[in-house]
Amino acid sequence: MKQEFTISLFSESHIGILSRITLILSRRQINIESITASESAVPGVQMLTMVVRTTPEMVQKVARQVEKVVDVLKVFVHTSSEIICQEMALYKVTTRGLMSGSMISDIVRKHNARILEVKSEYMVVEKSGTRAEIKELLALLEPCGVLQFVSSGRVAVTRQVKELNAYLREMEEARGTRQEALEFYN
Amino acid sequence: MPVTKWNAQVKKAAEIPDTIARAFYIARTGRPGPVLVDISKDAQIESMNFRYRKCTYIRSYNPVNPIASRDMESAAVMINHSERPLILAGHGVIISGAVTELKSLAEKGGIPVAVTLLGIPAFSHDHRLFAGMLGMHGNYAPNVLTNRADLIIAAGMRFDDRVTGNLKKYAPQARVIHIEIDSSEIDKNVRADLGINGDVKEVLTAIFPHIRERKREEWIREFRILDSTEHEKVIRPETEPENGELKMGEVVKVISEHAGRDAVVVTDVGQHQMAVARYYHFTDSNTLVTSGGMGTMGFGLPAAVGAATGTSDRQVIAFIGDGGIQMTLQELGTIMQYHIPVKIVLLNNSFLGMVRQWQEMFFNSRYASTEMVNPDFVALASAYGIPGRKIKNREELKASAAEMLDSDGPFILVAEVSRTANILPMVEPGASVSEVTLTYNSKS
Repeated sequence: MKQEFTISLFSESHIGILSRITLILSRRQINIESITASESAVPGVQMLTMVVRTTPEMVQKVARQVEKVVDVLKVFVHTSSEIICQEMALYKVTTRGLMSGSMISDIVRKHNARILEVKSEYMVVEKSGTRAEIKELLALLEPCGVLQFVSSGRVAVTRQVKELNAYLREMEEARGTRQEALEFYN
Repeated sequence: MPVTKWNAQVKKAAEIPDTIARAFYIARTGRPGPVLVDISKDAQIESMNFRYRKCTYIRSYNPVNPIASRDMESAAVMINHSERPLILAGHGVIISGAVTELKSLAEKGGIPVAVTLLGIPAFSHDHRLFAGMLGMHGNYAPNVLTNRADLIIAAGMRFDDRVTGNLKKYAPQARVIHIEIDSSEIDKNVRADLGINGDVKEVLTAIFPHIRERKREEWIREFRILDSTEHEKVIRPETEPENGELKMGEVVKVISEHAGRDAVVVTDVGQHQMAVARYYHFTDSNTLVTSGGMGTMGFGLPAAVGAATGTSDRQVIAFIGDGGIQMTLQELGTIMQYHIPVKIVLLNNSFLGMVRQWQEMFFNSRYASTEMVNPDFVALASAYGIPGRKIKNREELKASAAEMLDSDGPFILVAEVSRTANILPMVEPGASVSEVTLTYNSKS
């Protein structure tokens, strides 16, 4: 049974890691529905968040293969119920459409959206929320004439207590008993 | 498409020492793998002050997991309580240097050991617990009895599709202990009841003290019974035929009998490779170099050059087919230039044999693009200053094998073998390992 999973992983900020990781997914015929890359709280470590739709067995296999990549530190897989997430969308709407009637109060205010820019031909509306909420607003704005629509990837935090720093510390302690650490390309 | 474990491009000379140190560390640790370092021309020409620092730690790379003593005890309990255990030993046993530990554990627990293609040198063919090779063209007993075992102990192997046949019908009745250094292989193809992510040698050593001594003679006898069936129906006709064309199996057997115990055997890919895997008598470890996994034709000759260069005091015997040798035969030039003493046994059936076999068995003998019109290989080798002999009859076999192995320097023995012989037994695609086909009636 296919379902939605959020794969979040931490890796060194090196060139070329993204293509390695996305290849592991594409060769298993898994489409990446959204992807976000950003700095993490730990310096030199970047975080990648990907949303995929596949079976639980496949996502486990893929997660293990991604963790095998030399520059990847740790991979987490979560179902939608295990995370708190947000996505952001920008809607460029015709001014005439949006100004007509009570569109602005009905739509923009009720949906907690913001107006970023006002021009004579168009206005830009911004909304943060779940994907469902973003889609809902899009549907409502369609009659006003949506000139452009873009949605960011997912940004998510987990509902679990243990954080990346704890994992990194554990890893270092387990391997500290071996030889002294020599770090390269920090 | 990345085919390396890691790769890096170096554009400044100052980065070279640390990158190379890192490259070797990554290539040789954990599950070994190829690493590519691309050094730009600028960096090659630049000067620098060389200072060597060994790489022993990379934050994001964890080659080996420490073992948990609780897992070792669980494994031992499972082994001690099993009635029909079977060890599947793969390449990991050899890479880990665990050949002795495997033998000790198998002997203490009275457990038969079957090997994968790349794991062949992990267990001596002479040992009474040796159960044979697994897989599509493996031996009858280990394939059938995989589906009779109540416990499978997989060490340093990854349940490749050649070994498992149809996964839905693979050992459904058995519990599985999977000892494997690469965590992504555990639970990938076969669900493990106990997955132990660690180094095979460390794990086998830690489990050993908890193993109870047992004999299990009846279980081992089941292997011997099936072995005799295979011997009657497949092995004897292939290695001791009374008449008819020369067979690959008999050539391999004669060479095996004449060669030293520590000879390094190298193969290319195809029917001849299966013949060597099945009929060469391996006793010592580190004696087989072959291309498995994504078996690649053309591997044999250059690999034999490498083996001979790396082991100056051992015989190197390369078994190659007429198809594979023509993919990399420029290496005859390397052999000539550096006087490399490779003994080449060319099993010539004038076909891309393995493909022809599939065409015969599954595609109504439509031999599309598999027939080969070959040159005179002895003449070809002699142009490279390499002496050789061509044989067609079994009467010439022993003498020419001795001639080849007694000669100094490189030698090529071309054996013209049966054109349309098939490699058996075979676990046909889609079949279960216990449905292995022993005999096949050729239509051609």
